[in-house]
Amino acid sequence: MAVVEIKTPLSKKERKKLRSGDHVRISGIIYTARDAAHKRMMESLEKGLDLPMDFTDELIYYVGPCPARPGEIIGSAGPTTSGRMDIYTPELLDRRLAGMIGKGNRSERVINSMMSNDAVYFACVGGAGALLQDCIKSVEIIAYEDLGTEAIRKIEVEDFPAIVVIDTLGNNLYETERKKFTKKLSI
Amino acid sequence: MKRIGIQQIIDHVAEMCIEANTFLSADMVEGLRRAKGSEESENGKEILETMLCNFEVAKNKNIPICQDTGMVVMFVSFGQDLIIAGGSLEEALQAGVAKGYEEGYLRKSVVADPFIRTNTGNNTPAVIHYQVVPGDRLKIKILPKGFGSENTSALKMLKPSDGMAGVKEFVLQTVETGSPNACAPIVVGVGVGGTMEKAAIMAKEALSRPLGKHNPLEHIEALEDYLLEASNALGIGPMGLGGVNTVLGVNVEVFPTHIAGLPVAVNISCYVNRHVEREL
Repeated sequence: MAVVEIKTPLSKKERKKLRSGDHVRISGIIYTARDAAHKRMMESLEKGLDLPMDFTDELIYYVGPCPARPGEIIGSAGPTTSGRMDIYTPELLDRRLAGMIGKGNRSERVINSMMSNDAVYFACVGGAGALLQDCIKSVEIIAYEDLGTEAIRKIEVEDFPAIVVIDTLGNNLYETERKKFTKKLSI
Repeated sequence: MKRIGIQQIIDHVAEMCIEANTFLSADMVEGLRRAKGSEESENGKEILETMLCNFEVAKNKNIPICQDTGMVVMFVSFGQDLIIAGGSLEEALQAGVAKGYEEGYLRKSVVADPFIRTNTGNNTPAVIHYQVVPGDRLKIKILPKGFGSENTSALKMLKPSDGMAGVKEFVLQTVETGSPNACAPIVVGVGVGGTMEKAAIMAKEALSRPLGKHNPLEHIEALEDYLLEASNALGIGPMGLGGVNTVLGVNVEVFPTHIAGLPVAVNISCYVNRHVEREL
């Protein structure tokens, strides 16, 4: 299977080259955020405050890592279910977020917002937290430290394996692949 | 009368929490190996290989398989002739969870109030189901339950006239909607009968039945076989990215119910279906 190497930040031009079904290895800086961090970012926007960072051309990884063992920089760090962030994602895409890494399907509203903002959605293997931890080379908490595992972390990854699930044209691997393997019942 | 000290209980529970999160039981590993052998999708094969490889990394590095180390569910079977010495059984079980999650560097995923949502900081409280039985043994079963899959679970109060067909339809609907988000290939626990909460508790405990072990009732075994085959015909596949392995196993439990009812609960577990059991 051909593997596409990509580096962050990810420009629109690079994003548009990616196609649903591409296997990628991501290297560079990505940012972690999940439920509580998203909620807090939206509350900031509602109050007219700035976000803790500029998301232009950046990727958000939906993860709440385990604590690091002594001598390690982070614990197991696999993806969490993306759908819970659907309600918040378009706001961030409109602020030039390049894409998201998680697992599971996205809402129609998110997919439409992705298409109008040329964003990409990647999935990685859920539950593979121990394996993905190995790809993380540095970790720094940049916002909401009180949220613990849900704080926003700036992490540097190397050859982080993922699959392009929804591309900038709205092609969705969850739909296209499933059709190929749906069978008529023999009983 | 037999006595068990609370410190012994705390230590066992702590060890079990770490063990469950770091090593997957043999039936689950075997189930995934078989799935890899039968998978027709290229994406699916690669994903299953990644899952198996992740188990090895977790074991060798002694870190959790998945970062969602779950909310702990316990099934405790308490022999009525047993004496717990030195304190409360409930407190000892909860203290064991707190110890295991701290010492095992496991993620603390429990919030104190569902609306205020402040983390309790030690992954307690666990949800504990007790059963008092004859004898003097203490049996503890621990299922750290991840919520990617828990969130896709469902319960429905069917009518008696819905019958077997209604149950099949509801289970398959739940699998179809849930499995792409639930880290397929999933394990499906089903509880049919009893009351609303009885069905749900049966569905949860059904997840701890080893893969490949059927319900001893013939018509329920046939239902398990049907649901497994029908689920895998959906095409959803590993991580929802297409394939013939959406479900590794369907475990159905039944209980007598009311003349007016047919409760059905479906509890979904991801492929990291953690369960350990010890008898003290």
